[in-house]
Amino acid sequence: MMNFTPPLYSAALPEIFLLCMASAALLIDVCLKERYQIITYIFVQLSLVAAFLLVMSQYHDYPSSIITFSGHYVVDKLAILTKLFVLVASFFAFVYARQYIKERHIARGEYYTLGLFAVMGMLIMASASSFLTIYLGLELLSLSLYAMVALQKNSGVASEAAMKYFVTGALASGLLLYGISMLYGITGSIEISTLGTVLQSGLHQDKVVMLALIFILSGLLFKLGAVPFHMWVPDVYDGAPTSVTLFIASAPKIASFCILMRVLVQAMPMMNATWSLVLAAAAILSMFAGNLLAIAQTNIKRMLAYSSIAHMGYALLGVLAGPASTTGYSAAMFYITTYVIVAAGAFAIIALLSKQGIELDQLEDYRGLNARNPWLAFMMLLLMFSMAGIPPTVGFFAKLGLLEALVEAHYVWLAALALLFAIIGAYYYLRIVMLMYFEEPHETLMEHRITIAPGIMAAVTLNGIAALALGLLPSALIDMCRLSLG
Amino acid sequence: MWFQQNILSILIWLPVLGAITTLLTNSDRTARLVASSFAIVNLLLCVPLYLGFDSSSFALQFHEKRLWISAYQIYYAVGVDGISLTMIILTNFTGLLVILAGCQAIKLRVAQYMAAFLVMQGMMIGVFAATDAILFYVFWEGMLIPMYLSIGMWGSSNRNYAAVKFFLYTFLGSILMLIALLYLYNQTGSFDIQHYYGLHLSMPIQKAIFFAFLLAFAVKVPMWPVHTWLPDAHTEAPAGGSVVLAALMLKLGIYGFLRFSMPIVPEACAHLAGLMIVLSLIAIVYIGLVAIVQTDMKKLIAYSSIAHMGFATLGCFMVYDILHHASAHQDAYMSLEGAVVQMVSHAFGSGAMFLGVGILADRMVSHSRLIKDYSGVAARMPIFAAFFMLFAMSNVGLPGTAGFVGEFMVIMSAFQTHFSVALVASLTLILASSYTLWMYKRVFFGPIMNQEVTTMQDLNWLETTNYVLLAIGVFLLGLYPAPVLNVLHATIGHLLSLSMPA
Repeated sequence: MMNFTPPLYSAALPEIFLLCMASAALLIDVCLKERYQIITYIFVQLSLVAAFLLVMSQYHDYPSSIITFSGHYVVDKLAILTKLFVLVASFFAFVYARQYIKERHIARGEYYTLGLFAVMGMLIMASASSFLTIYLGLELLSLSLYAMVALQKNSGVASEAAMKYFVTGALASGLLLYGISMLYGITGSIEISTLGTVLQSGLHQDKVVMLALIFILSGLLFKLGAVPFHMWVPDVYDGAPTSVTLFIASAPKIASFCILMRVLVQAMPMMNATWSLVLAAAAILSMFAGNLLAIAQTNIKRMLAYSSIAHMGYALLGVLAGPASTTGYSAAMFYITTYVIVAAGAFAIIALLSKQGIELDQLEDYRGLNARNPWLAFMMLLLMFSMAGIPPTVGFFAKLGLLEALVEAHYVWLAALALLFAIIGAYYYLRIVMLMYFEEPHETLMEHRITIAPGIMAAVTLNGIAALALGLLPSALIDMCRLSLG
Repeated sequence: MWFQQNILSILIWLPVLGAITTLLTNSDRTARLVASSFAIVNLLLCVPLYLGFDSSSFALQFHEKRLWISAYQIYYAVGVDGISLTMIILTNFTGLLVILAGCQAIKLRVAQYMAAFLVMQGMMIGVFAATDAILFYVFWEGMLIPMYLSIGMWGSSNRNYAAVKFFLYTFLGSILMLIALLYLYNQTGSFDIQHYYGLHLSMPIQKAIFFAFLLAFAVKVPMWPVHTWLPDAHTEAPAGGSVVLAALMLKLGIYGFLRFSMPIVPEACAHLAGLMIVLSLIAIVYIGLVAIVQTDMKKLIAYSSIAHMGFATLGCFMVYDILHHASAHQDAYMSLEGAVVQMVSHAFGSGAMFLGVGILADRMVSHSRLIKDYSGVAARMPIFAAFFMLFAMSNVGLPGTAGFVGEFMVIMSAFQTHFSVALVASLTLILASSYTLWMYKRVFFGPIMNQEVTTMQDLNWLETTNYVLLAIGVFLLGLYPAPVLNVLHATIGHLLSLSMPA
């Protein structure tokens, strides 16, 4: 028998801290009267800030990667960077949520507490170094999200969305578990580092291993929302309260990408011939279906849902170019991160425009936004052009990195195809700009004064300007992604 | 002096700063004032740029280079040679005209209009100054955003369609160029355009790159058959937008041929020069014929722009044939210089005519651009009619005006390739006079049929200033083109040596 080595608790300090804070938030919230619930909000946000600082300090404390908790938990640059991004994205998601859920009387204490548990799940995903921890983190995240979607109790569509999300999500978890169990049966291990070495010894030729890979990949593609496991995305994005949509569309994407890296690149690098093929198919279909179906939408949340499917397709391109290029993985990481920034901003603006229970989420509601609130329209313009990948916004550099990796990996045709889909995509982003700028608002909309709390306006401004500023000076973020993914 | 060293960056970013300042103003009047002052300062900055330029050298001057994105070795690198210097000055000149014209014509969302055009001006200068491929691409695409907005926000009735068509068309054109640039980056490990020269790539690769570039630049020029976005965009855009489109944006395509296609893939260019010559001739003759039957003045000028740009592309790609037939360097020089001069002169001629249509349409309640709605304008607006005649003559290519110089140089050198090429190209002399003068006759002469024409006021001081500036340009280039040709000479010589197949 192996000697028992006590785990290095300090490595998991951010997660432990968040667990304590989430539990404390639960208790605090119960004792608070309705009108003091802002305290819960502040408490949760401060917890996120503190967790951010803790992770930051880990960056210096762990210059090289360490694996602890008997091989289940890892702290490396990828984990740290993912956690930082997740925490920042979640912080903004909560800032944007406040006004929205207040106006709709969505149970507030629960909202933030569930959110905090979801954040914890994402941190665990980021640090997972065995399939057990991956599954643990993923389920913690998913269960919290299902509940958050359902929080708007008086809304039929929200409940429907939650149900769909839950059922299909459970199916995906099943697929993932089935794949993991097969892998365990063959190799006798669920640790990523061990799997990497075991599979190297010729086992990767085994058909069952391939089958296991397909199952695991299906589960992960589902979580990312890529074709052919994308069906839940439009319904959930559309049905969920916008603040939750914002949350689902942001931080979890980064965390899911992180485990995709762990599983494909760290555990199964030998099988890249197989997974590259699967990813290529998924990426092409996602870009195709996402961009094409988005054109037909009249609801902006649904449109952005399809657009997110397409964006995930782009990110997968970086992953599949990864084995044959030096920069594929980091380009994909950069792509996801910047997409999250942009998507969060866009959903935030949608949430802000909706007033007191009236959901203004039809494309028509954006008609003449420039005349009603030029600054908000300009922010939306920056975000839309960023999604379309037009310089000087950051979306261009995200696509540039991917294309560079694809060309380097001799996938020139795939690069051309990706750009072709980008043109199709540009059409519906342009349409929003067209409505906002080229048209005059309806009379009825003019009566709706857009009132936004200064703090939230500052956050939106920060978000929109980030899309431009990161496009003008993308170097630092690219270097960070390079650092985390070698 | 820091000012001399960073003059290109100042030229690029000052208009952008101006745009931000303009947006911060709270009245239309101040917005106009602020925007015009920024445009004037920017044009004045061209004086030290021109004087400080050493025209005997082909090297890039006023060079600035800073690491921008270290991960991909992308530099913020700018510099000018003779061709880009000419285009930058032209950009600043046109920029000022457009802002001044906008002061008069635009009543709605003035600050945003001025800001859009200032940003566009900055981006455009950036395109001409960039020596890093990605920086070039960023400016190249970035300028689509303000152009898209200006067509859509201040355009006429069918503007949504025109704006989206314009954007998607040009976006489609550019994407293959991006892939070609990335391929070249993978070959050389650098995004510096100069490093792409003389790579000696294999023929199939050269051809692939050539066609990737061709799509991008042909859409911008625009060459037949990818020209269909232009009549729509020109027609629907506000007068200022049409001027920028015609005077500057079309030139980007030719500039791309000179900067990218010819020096980077010379063998492919030599091989496919025949195709390019045929496409150019089609543009000259076929589009010229199409122009004759137009009923909309703006559409007519738009088609005439395409035909004139055909001359520029002809001048670019004839050099291979000239050297092949006669190996007369002098004619090759003349051909390329003719192409560049054609770019400048067309900017004056068509820019002025688009402004003229704007001036006319502004004076009509219906803002009509149809030829049939006007006649006898000369009786009411004699000064305007005189100016317009001058620019129409430049468009036709009358000796003494700017339009003559470029066309003459190109046709002269065309005789060195093949008689038939020169003959077909010369048809433009007939076609251009037909469509331009026929339009002139129908609009300015004849009896006044429309009541509205009787109340038209002649040019006010602002419009007169604009037209005087343009008239000076037309005459200067027509009678004494030496200042421009001097600046171009060394650069074009160097370009020729780079663009010849080894």
